[in-house]
Amino acid sequence: MTRPRLVTGARLRYDEVREEHVLLIPEGVVRLNPTAAQVLELCDGERSLDDIAGTLSVRYDGADVRDDVHELIDAMAQRGLVVDAA
Amino acid sequence: MPPRPSTLIAELSYQCPLHCPYCSNPLDIGDEHYRDELATEDWLRAFNEARELGVLQLALTGGEPMLRRDLVELCAGARDAGLYSSLITAGTLFTRERAEALKSAGLDHVQISIQSPNAEDNDRIAGNRSFAKKIAAARAARELDFPLTINCVLHRHNLDRIDELLDLTLDLGAQRLELANTQYYGWAVPNQQALMPSWDQLRRAEQSVQRFRELVGPRVDVLWVLPDFYEELPKPCMGGWGSTAMVVAPNGDVLPCQAASTIPGLEPANLRERSLAWIWTESDAFNLFRGTDWMQEPCRTCPLARQEIDRGGCRCQALRLAGDAAATDPVCRFSPHHGRVVAARESAQTDELVYRTMKRRARA
Repeated sequence: MTRPRLVTGARLRYDEVREEHVLLIPEGVVRLNPTAAQVLELCDGERSLDDIAGTLSVRYDGADVRDDVHELIDAMAQRGLVVDAA
Repeated sequence: MPPRPSTLIAELSYQCPLHCPYCSNPLDIGDEHYRDELATEDWLRAFNEARELGVLQLALTGGEPMLRRDLVELCAGARDAGLYSSLITAGTLFTRERAEALKSAGLDHVQISIQSPNAEDNDRIAGNRSFAKKIAAARAARELDFPLTINCVLHRHNLDRIDELLDLTLDLGAQRLELANTQYYGWAVPNQQALMPSWDQLRRAEQSVQRFRELVGPRVDVLWVLPDFYEELPKPCMGGWGSTAMVVAPNGDVLPCQAASTIPGLEPANLRERSLAWIWTESDAFNLFRGTDWMQEPCRTCPLARQEIDRGGCRCQALRLAGDAAATDPVCRFSPHHGRVVAARESAQTDELVYRTMKRRARA
């Protein structure tokens, strides 16, 4: 995975009714915790995995989030929800 | 409070250029009351009320939704309401020009039905020369970067072409393939004998799907579910009665599933007279089989304690096979009527099809 992006047709949004982040996909809804939503927002097909981890690390006072980011994106890729833009 | 719905199934019109003999629409689609279709404003109001209730997914279906002249407006309304919209179409009217207009209006996803990967078979099953148009529609959808689902209803007459269908799906660049084994509602009821597949066909198809999944990986999501009649335990119809979805018929009748209009005594509330929120929480139709209190034996004392998992199975199937919509779905091996399911799968012999039509009074 070089430059992750959401699969064609996937859309992130905040569900005001249930007060949670969701990833909307063709005929499906994936519920997301706030951290997962932040990671997926950064999967724009431009940033690399290290860019994404770096951006999040700044938000979390320099914590090392690289493994968590890799793990989440791997899991999403295995479900076909994130693909490589490269 | 009941759980919140996540899906609104909008049956925009029962008109359709195809005549598929397993269509899930009711047998009385030609009746006057279904021709009195909702106005644009009714649908737009429903989309907004649906979102407020918690709905996230909107299926624009039919019949053929492309026959609605206000479809672009409806897609824009769905986008403005915050819904993720899917167009469930036969594809014959999905031209490049109309596809562009739908894309600009905010349509999110396109699902195109194919009756068979073989052109001749497709046209024979659909009762209409449509294969070439469907393929063109699928290509137009991909050129415009729509996520594309191919849907094929499976039965005795096309299950043996599953490998061709998997190849075609790859060739068209679809990211989802819905292999929908025929459910025996609507037009499939009078055609059950002619459509019921054999165990061998199902087993071979399942193996093909398995090989395809291993080869292609997550790039194509293949949905494959064994048909009810070959199961020993029922599936929770619609994820449970009145728990996840609302179906709106072309005339505004709102029901918990596409086939619920066959249940005697079930009076649907209408969108023209009531809000979606009232219909969801208060209407008799949605409360009739909610929860587990309505259950009879053997569900009531289920030996596997699956009441909350199976939800008693499908109400319409119970009605059809056990003569009582509140009975245990006879797919269940504990149902006293399970023998009828076994007999049905063992006796499929005829090849005669009854085609879907809007002419009055089909024979049931």
